Amino acid sequence: MSTTETIQSACPECDAPISFDRSPLNGQVARCPDCGSELEVTCTNPVRLELAPEVEEDWGE
Amino acid sequence: MHIAMTYTRLRAEERLLLDAFESAGVRVTPIDLRQVVFDPASLGEWAQYDAVVDRSVSLTASLTVTRILEGLGVRCINRPEAIRVCSDKLDTTIALIRAGVPTPGVRVGISAESAIESVEQIGYPAVLKPTVGSWGRLVARVNDRDAAEAIIEHRETLGSVQQGVFYVQEHIDKPGRDIRVFVVGGEAIAAIVRTSGHWVTNTARGATAAGLEITPALHDLSERAVASVGADVAAVDLLECPNRGLLVNEINHSMEFRNSISTTGVDIPGLVAAHVVRIAEGVRTSQGALA
Repeated sequence: MSTTETIQSACPECDAPISFDRSPLNGQVARCPDCGSELEVTCTNPVRLELAPEVEEDWGE
Repeated sequence: MHIAMTYTRLRAEERLLLDAFESAGVRVTPIDLRQVVFDPASLGEWAQYDAVVDRSVSLTASLTVTRILEGLGVRCINRPEAIRVCSDKLDTTIALIRAGVPTPGVRVGISAESAIESVEQIGYPAVLKPTVGSWGRLVARVNDRDAAEAIIEHRETLGSVQQGVFYVQEHIDKPGRDIRVFVVGGEAIAAIVRTSGHWVTNTARGATAAGLEITPALHDLSERAVASVGADVAAVDLLECPNRGLLVNEINHSMEFRNSISTTGVDIPGLVAAHVVRIAEGVRTSQGALA
């Protein structure tokens, strides 16, 4: 499920490089280190990132 | 042994749980619920799993998947009934009262008029909460009747139908902090104290957390609270009332723990994974006995 190879993608908001130290999974969340946008992995091969959806009313613990 | 972990967003907690299963040598498959079509009449692919850990951030998704899977005979952690009770503050209050677990006083109204009367009976300040909601969202402290009338009118006008249930809770003058106890398999395994200058002490609202020793009283109350809602794994929020001592405020069925591992020194995901394996082994044993 995981690899030791660094996986590269780009922030859809500011185009900054985003790296994963192992293969991300669909739905995985990440934060852009440059612009701070919350991102979500929507495709794993190749890795594609989109802006994560806003918090919805029924989200939580 | 094969465990499924269902999710709608894969956060740090879900990654930590996957790692914990893998470290224990347990096969685990993450399943993004947004990609799944369920047939409530057919076990299908789900037959391969000994148990399913649900980690959906969406309550609607959690209840949907666990109701269908438990209906098909798949053991879910947590079970849908526990999720339902934990997710609804009124149901949690009722469960705690029935179990004799101390909890803040509550009044409930289902109209603007009865909501105001509920606040008056509780006294000022009072806390207005939506019955369903997390991370401190839409929780309001009302200090006088004018504020109560304004908030109730706004909720009645702008809120969803669900916000037509006015849950009014006694305000506890806590010492700038609350306590969270993690309970796994009926046992309190770790505790943190959350401190904030704001009266809402959720870490989602900026509170800071530190590890806390689990006293006998915390063991007793948190374990009884979790038993009252029937959860396998849960986090209990407690308030320290100057007059009445510890009170159970809420119980979280899909707890967040990423920041509580280093602060407590407890391998929370490892203990959760181990308990899930114990449950799955029990499922296997009972299925073997029936075969």
